[in-house]
Amino acid sequence: MARSSQPLSLTRALAGGGALALLLALTLGTVGAVWSKASFQAGLGPADWAAIRFTISQALVSATLSVVLAIPTARALARRRFRGRQLMVSLLGAPFILPGIVAVLGIVAVWGRTGYVSTLIGTPLNIYGYSGVVLAHVFFNLPLATRFILQGWLSIPSEHFRLTAQLGMTTGEVNHLLERPMLRAVVPGAFLLIFLLCITSFAVALALGGGPRATTVELAIYQALRFDFDLSKAALLAMIQFALCTATAAATLWIAAPQGFAVGMDRPARRWDGKSRRHVLTDQILLLTVGLFLFVPLLSILLKGAPNLLMLPPQVWPALGNSVAIAITSAFCAILLSLALSALIVSLTARWKRSAQLLEIIGFLSLAASPFVIGTGLFIMLNPVVDPFKAALPITIAVNAVMSLPFALRVILPAMSRAEHFYGRLGNSLGMTGWTRFRLAIWPRLKRPVGFAAGLSAALSMGDLGVIALFAPPDMATLPLTMYRLMTSYQMAAASGVALLLIATSLALFWAFDKGGRLDHHIG
Amino acid sequence: MIRPILFAAGLCLGASAVAAQDKPVLTVYTYDSFVSDWGPGPKVEAAFEAECNCDLKLVGAGDGAALLSRLQLEGARTEADILLGLDTNLTARAKATGLFAPLTNRPTHLDVPVDWTDDTFLPYDWGYFAFVYDKNKLSAPPNSFRDLINMPEDFKIVIQDPRSSSPGLGLLLWVKTAYGDKADTIWEGLEPHILTVTKGWSEAYGMFLEGEADMVLSYTTSPAYHLIAEEDDSKAAASFEEGHYLQIEVAGKLAASDQPELADQFLAFMTSATFQSIIPTTNWMYPSVFSQDGLPAGFETLITPNESLIIPEGKAEAIKDEALAEWLAVLSR
Repeated sequence: MARSSQPLSLTRALAGGGALALLLALTLGTVGAVWSKASFQAGLGPADWAAIRFTISQALVSATLSVVLAIPTARALARRRFRGRQLMVSLLGAPFILPGIVAVLGIVAVWGRTGYVSTLIGTPLNIYGYSGVVLAHVFFNLPLATRFILQGWLSIPSEHFRLTAQLGMTTGEVNHLLERPMLRAVVPGAFLLIFLLCITSFAVALALGGGPRATTVELAIYQALRFDFDLSKAALLAMIQFALCTATAAATLWIAAPQGFAVGMDRPARRWDGKSRRHVLTDQILLLTVGLFLFVPLLSILLKGAPNLLMLPPQVWPALGNSVAIAITSAFCAILLSLALSALIVSLTARWKRSAQLLEIIGFLSLAASPFVIGTGLFIMLNPVVDPFKAALPITIAVNAVMSLPFALRVILPAMSRAEHFYGRLGNSLGMTGWTRFRLAIWPRLKRPVGFAAGLSAALSMGDLGVIALFAPPDMATLPLTMYRLMTSYQMAAASGVALLLIATSLALFWAFDKGGRLDHHIG
Repeated sequence: MIRPILFAAGLCLGASAVAAQDKPVLTVYTYDSFVSDWGPGPKVEAAFEAECNCDLKLVGAGDGAALLSRLQLEGARTEADILLGLDTNLTARAKATGLFAPLTNRPTHLDVPVDWTDDTFLPYDWGYFAFVYDKNKLSAPPNSFRDLINMPEDFKIVIQDPRSSSPGLGLLLWVKTAYGDKADTIWEGLEPHILTVTKGWSEAYGMFLEGEADMVLSYTTSPAYHLIAEEDDSKAAASFEEGHYLQIEVAGKLAASDQPELADQFLAFMTSATFQSIIPTTNWMYPSVFSQDGLPAGFETLITPNESLIIPEGKAEAIKDEALAEWLAVLSR
């Protein structure tokens, strides 16, 4: 049955193969390019090993904490209806797109020695150290984890909740029968995404880590590449990041079990469980705490930036245009890439489960890639062919699309797999093929996840500085680049205005793609 | 959504086509804050193009050591004719690459605090590293590293990482030149006062302006920015008895340049009154040739170190490695 329902057509193989080739070229390919230019062989010193240990340890702690806190938060958001819920869900997209330096200043405004909390309790807090690193990473990633897990809750057909209510099941039973299987399917992927994001953290970890104890592999790569011009060491460290990524991805995908829910009518979910006072109260306290934790730093950024919004230098507006154009195009490309890759993986799953899993792991690779290695590798690859400065725009779009691919894939792949499994067969039995089958049977189930994924990708591209900083000609700036240029010219006040504009635009893009976080709308 | 991209791509191609028409192009690689609209770049470009009948292309290609790495990556095939923005800690490494040509015309007069003997690089501005503080919050700033060590436990400074930032490297060499073999005991004493170490100058300076630390590693000229551009006289640099480490920023001509005469003309322009008068209030450093009218009003309020510390050119690399190992060993404990 399954075999005939998911044919590996030539189109699928070509599109998926193309996406895969681009992904591999930008990740392993760029490392290879850097390696090829290396003149001597490097080994790893004790400082490098310390950096590797610190990187893994802080990423494990940060990712675990983010996910553990995100589960009850997502559950509270899934089963409560309150004013401001839409807004809260939309704003969950804000922290993780913040440029590092803006997030650091926001966190410091709240948790720093002269921050709100220190003022409130009367003694200066000292967050700098391991706790500062974890605090920052949870601030970045808790909202992301919450969105992912909330998406999982919304994928449980509402008929299931109705049935459990009709059968008079308790909150505990609903949890056992519906929520835990969903979490088993969703949480490992969310954990993996966050773990990898924390692995490549560098400026934030250092600034809040209090000193060189908080050295990550990414800093070692930066040092090797930009300061010491030691290409072989940079390549070696980049390969270590990929190895970490592959091992963690393999482990988490092995733990993850696909959820076995039947299909429903895509009605908005109504909940009859979790109505006891205890549940309501814990949910309320939790949402309030998480809300304060995430949104007070954002508020401080808003308060600081708002007065400067009216006095932004004129250079900001073309930069804004560039950033928005890049973000939208990158998001569009990221969606095409992940649709192509998802289709390939889904087709392969029926016959070659192992290769499908391998492709899924490769889909995470770009998250573990260092933007400095990608930039340098691309430069080495392209320089003999074209002037990299003239190709700044397409390069940035391609890199951004591939960098946001892991997020988009995490959202789209499970949805497509389910849609193929249930509706694809229906389509086949009705004799649908090609575009018609996709449009009628698959696409309606993909619309919501694709919107979410496009919003994520666009927002990620807006905040990205990585590659454009290496290639941008002086007359072509993006918003983050303009912000950094203002900062290096002492113009901190104007920079805070640009930071606010950046956040507002990213959120607007996210909101527009995600249909304003309207999670419960009918699909149809 | 594709249209703006195509439009922008078309613009890029169009612009480069126009530029390529007749005038010779001089390509200068420099750091980002130099080319930014708030740095010297736009004024320098306008002034030089007015006299050279050429197209001056300033390209932001990373900061400090990253500039040199970028050039090493491109090798002899680089389009750059001039590299502007290395400092004296990097000149030895830069010469060792063999990518630079000796200066055709050595400058006749320089107002740089040390004797300039380098025959490859031209100094265009300079400044001293210093700790900057807020006069309204701190009435008695420390006047030496030892004094700083003896400050109360909750007196905090923010510094930059010597592995990723030029000022960070400057502080490392400052302590090393002032204390030599005892540098590690100085770092041990400083350690409790170091609130955190940041990747670059912007993070550290931003945290200081937030009020997070009592002092930040920056330049003796930083208060001039606040005074002149913001009319805020609250910032000052703490004068240290050991003297202050000197940063001299230099430019050099690439041996593979296809515009050697134009490159020489630009290097000569860099020590001219026009270029030098742009530097103090855009790059916020001292010009390497003072104008006859003296420095801009406000610069007279800045501290003058009693000694200029600097590592002799050839020794910078070896001393840097040793000092970095010490720094890491003490601060990673």
